[in-house]
Amino acid sequence: MFETLSHLALQQYWWFIVSLLASLLVFLMFVQGGQTMIYTLGKDEIERKVIVNALGRKWEFTFTTLVTFGGAFFASFPLFYASSFGGAYWVWIAILIAFTIQAFSYEYRSKPNNVLGKKTFEVFLFLNGFLGTILIGTAVGTFFTGAEFIIDRYNFVEWQGAAYGLEAVLNFQNVALGLAVFFLARTAASLYFVKIIDDEVIEKRARKQILFNAIPFLVFFLFFVFKALTTKGYAYDMESFVVSMEPNKYLNNFIEMPWIAAVFLVGVLLVLYAIFRTYLKGGSRGFNLGAIGVVLTVLALMLNLGYNGTAFYPSSVDPQSSLTIQNASSSEFTLTVMSYVSLLVPFVLAYIYYAWRAIDLTGINKKDVEDKDDHTY
Amino acid sequence: MIENIMLSDLSLVNWSRGQFALTAMYHYLFVPLTLGLSFLMAIMESLYVKTGNPEWKRITKFWMTLFGINFAIGVATGLILEFEFGTNWSRYSWFVGDIFGAPLAIEGIMAFFLESTFIAVMFFGWKKVSKKFHLLSTWLVAIGASLSALWILVANAWMQYPTGMNFNPDTARNEMLSFWDVFLSPVAVNKFLHTITSAYVLSAIFVIGVSAWFLMKKRHIVFAKKSMVIAATFGLITGGYLIFTGDGSAYQVAQKQPMKLAAMEGLYDGQEGAGLLVFGMLNPDKEWNNDEEAVLAKVEVPKLLSILGYRNKDAFVPGVTNLMEGGFKYTDEKGNKHTALSAEEKINRGRIARTALGDYKDAKETGDEQAQKEHLETFKANFQYFGYGFLNNPGDIIPNVPLTFYSFHIMVGLGFYFLIFFVLILFFLFKNTLQNKRWLLWLALVSIPLPYIASQAGWIVAEVGRQPWVIQDLMPTIAAVSRIDATSVQITFWMFAAIFTALLIAEISILTKQIRTGPKTGGQ
Ligand code: HDD
Ligand code: HEM
Ligand code: HEM
Repeated sequence: MFETLSHLALQQYWWFIVSLLASLLVFLMFVQGGQTMIYTLGKDEIERKVIVNALGRKWEFTFTTLVTFGGAFFASFPLFYASSFGGAYWVWIAILIAFTIQAFSYEYRSKPNNVLGKKTFEVFLFLNGFLGTILIGTAVGTFFTGAEFIIDRYNFVEWQGAAYGLEAVLNFQNVALGLAVFFLARTAASLYFVKIIDDEVIEKRARKQILFNAIPFLVFFLFFVFKALTTKGYAYDMESFVVSMEPNKYLNNFIEMPWIAAVFLVGVLLVLYAIFRTYLKGGSRGFNLGAIGVVLTVLALMLNLGYNGTAFYPSSVDPQSSLTIQNASSSEFTLTVMSYVSLLVPFVLAYIYYAWRAIDLTGINKKDVEDKDDHTY
Repeated sequence: MIENIMLSDLSLVNWSRGQFALTAMYHYLFVPLTLGLSFLMAIMESLYVKTGNPEWKRITKFWMTLFGINFAIGVATGLILEFEFGTNWSRYSWFVGDIFGAPLAIEGIMAFFLESTFIAVMFFGWKKVSKKFHLLSTWLVAIGASLSALWILVANAWMQYPTGMNFNPDTARNEMLSFWDVFLSPVAVNKFLHTITSAYVLSAIFVIGVSAWFLMKKRHIVFAKKSMVIAATFGLITGGYLIFTGDGSAYQVAQKQPMKLAAMEGLYDGQEGAGLLVFGMLNPDKEWNNDEEAVLAKVEVPKLLSILGYRNKDAFVPGVTNLMEGGFKYTDEKGNKHTALSAEEKINRGRIARTALGDYKDAKETGDEQAQKEHLETFKANFQYFGYGFLNNPGDIIPNVPLTFYSFHIMVGLGFYFLIFFVLILFFLFKNTLQNKRWLLWLALVSIPLPYIASQAGWIVAEVGRQPWVIQDLMPTIAAVSRIDATSVQITFWMFAAIFTALLIAEISILTKQIRTGPKTGGQ
């Protein structure tokens, strides 16, 4: 069935898949957000244990989504993988390290003889939550603001920035996106705690945190969106592949692709509704609606970035080197093969949903984590 | 740039290699136990569900705890490995991403999610889901782990034996032509089966070794014996298959990477009816072009190498020197006869291919179609040797012979030892005298590190033996590396080394503590 699609259609399909993975990743980073709140919400050992365990059942999903996002990006747009990772070396390495130190911290935190001590693992979790979110957001900011690389005629990249990617933090627009992701993650984590933790005191604190984090999130997010919509963007001609600067490119994309604009608006409204509803009333609906809202919002932004003749990874030093879904993608054959594999995605989502339901049915409380017989972190 | 690779890149490429090897080797310290132990757990839990005997549940849960501790670091190092293809081998990522990326993505979608979703059920679901669903989850974790090994090994096999693709001069990369040729290449099949069985053997020895310790301490006797029966049976079956697939791997190496085979056997001057060294000491002064003896002391089985490599006791096995000088006759897999080229001639052909590619690009820019066609033809005629065009001198095509040689012999020797070991354990278990055989219990305990050594040795054979290639004959390692400054890579190398080592220490410390605590009583 995918054989009948044109190369361009396949490229658009794969940009959609990659965008979907990215938006799921942003939503799932509520785990990271929660890791920065262990001490804010947990005032004694046992409360912190409840919080860590509430997050600990979910961290694998975020991590695996990150891994799969990387693999899917590699397979579908290998030139991006080669240009960005190989050039913005330090940013990506910092992100990698921020995630590496997470992977064992849950498992080792409370085990006897863990050499480094409980505190160290908690610091690792905090760093992962703090740096991981901000750095990923900042790195994605360069998808809008551009990065400093040149592609030669053999499609090999030559990075120009002497800081190997760290220069991204000098642009406040990038950092604003990073901070938006950070506060969004904390907001979503608060919603999650309200939903899952069966303990009045912690729940009350978490509800207060919703507002404390939602406000800065909105400030940074709106600033970023406003900047993106009002400045020039990197457009390219889908026939001649010539790149040019177009005023209000991202705004024009929304206007020319109104269905994406609609998805964006619905997403933002859902997030806002989830925040206020949970802040005022509590309950578990807020988290679920917020999740859908975050996914829709990020998805719409990513689609805006890749479709309609937009360069998704612009080069600020040599605009003609900019990466588009057309020049950075895998061959038609590979995309076709991969598309068959992508048919598994709904199936994967279905079993994840099923497994979550089975485990989350009863929430989590102090009694659960004190049960010596169970696997706890 | 593809045109000029400079000597100054040498330090960059070496640090990048070091960093990749460091990450991969650490990764592979943890991966095999994950692969094998998950199966053993699934078998044990199946017995629990079948018999209803809570002892089996207690056993399952104990090994599961150890599994969790080990699993965490496999994940941490794996993440870095995946992204290192981009950060450190970005030119490689473009040159082969069209083929190589697919298995990586499939691995994520098909295997990692399966593993990580059901791991959550496996650890946290004991009281929340039904017995059957829990058992299913444990099995899915095991299957997910093996699937993740499958896809990355398909990718690795393709690097050893690139097939099912076509070079596209316009994009300057290899593009996939046939997914099935990539997936079912004989190298991939052998590699998967060999690696996966080696992981099963490793975990069998791990379980036996830990159980032997309990027997020595006279604690949890029933638990230890039951674990041992399962593990030793599993080990014996998979161990036999391990040797069988190792032979299959060697056969593939002989066909596809004759230089690697020569290095594995320290064979410099080729022979008809070549023998296999059971034991040997290499002469450190041996170069491919001097008259020193290659091997100083040896025990040899006559003709075995020819049989192993070519399934014919009188076949000619080329040595390092033959491969450098060329001129010998050989038959390829399609049955066509060829005379081998010398290394120098291959380098010339490679340079012709590289120049032709550049000329083709020039002609394309000026729009000269005739010239484009001609250059493309020259390019295609020589593409087979494309990678050689990056090398400066013929000696570059020889890998590190002693490292490959000793690694290979250590691995093979241990493979036969493991088989005997499993037989011994089973024999005394069935005679019910194992707990009195302290020497065997000790042997079991000190054997725990051995399969780890064999596994690392195996990867050294596979990876060091294929140098200088990252993609056999098409791309040398030096052309694959990201152009960043060597200092950056040097810094990250030490950062990773520090993190991984700290982790390893923490892991061993936690593991030994958990083992000393032993299985929980009650088995609820
Ligand atoms: C023979 C098996 C094997 C081999 C050769 C490799 N791996 Fe691996 N990998 C596994 C078998 C495995 C595993 C057993 O399936 C792990 C351990 C823990 C896990 O979740 O899966 C894993 C984990 C793992 C993860 C984390 C997955 C997660 O989040 O669950 C990544 C990103 C990689 N690996 C990537 C790689 C790369 C890029 C390799 C190439 C050098 C590599 N692995 C070699
Ligand atoms: C997990 C077990 C593995 C181990 C222990 C291992 C070991 C090594 C070692 C020792 C090197 C350095 C070789 C040298 O520089 O002389 C190396 C390099 C490399 N290996 Fe592996 N390897 C493993 C798996 C893989 C897999 C599965 C792949 C591919 C999917 C792979 C791809 C590479 C690449 C790209 C390099 C760097 C370029 C090169 O030096 O060839 N390795 N590995
Ligand atoms: C007697 C038996 C054995 C033989 C004949 C054998 C043969 C081989 C050969 C020829 C290779 C290189 C394949 C390549 O370069 O593509 C290899 C690789 C490897 N071996 Fe073995 N081996 C044996 C035993 C073992 C044992 C006991 C272990 C570990 C417990 C082991 C683990 C590995 C691993 C992890 C690799 C790298 C993956 C691969 O390339 O397949 N082998 N083996």
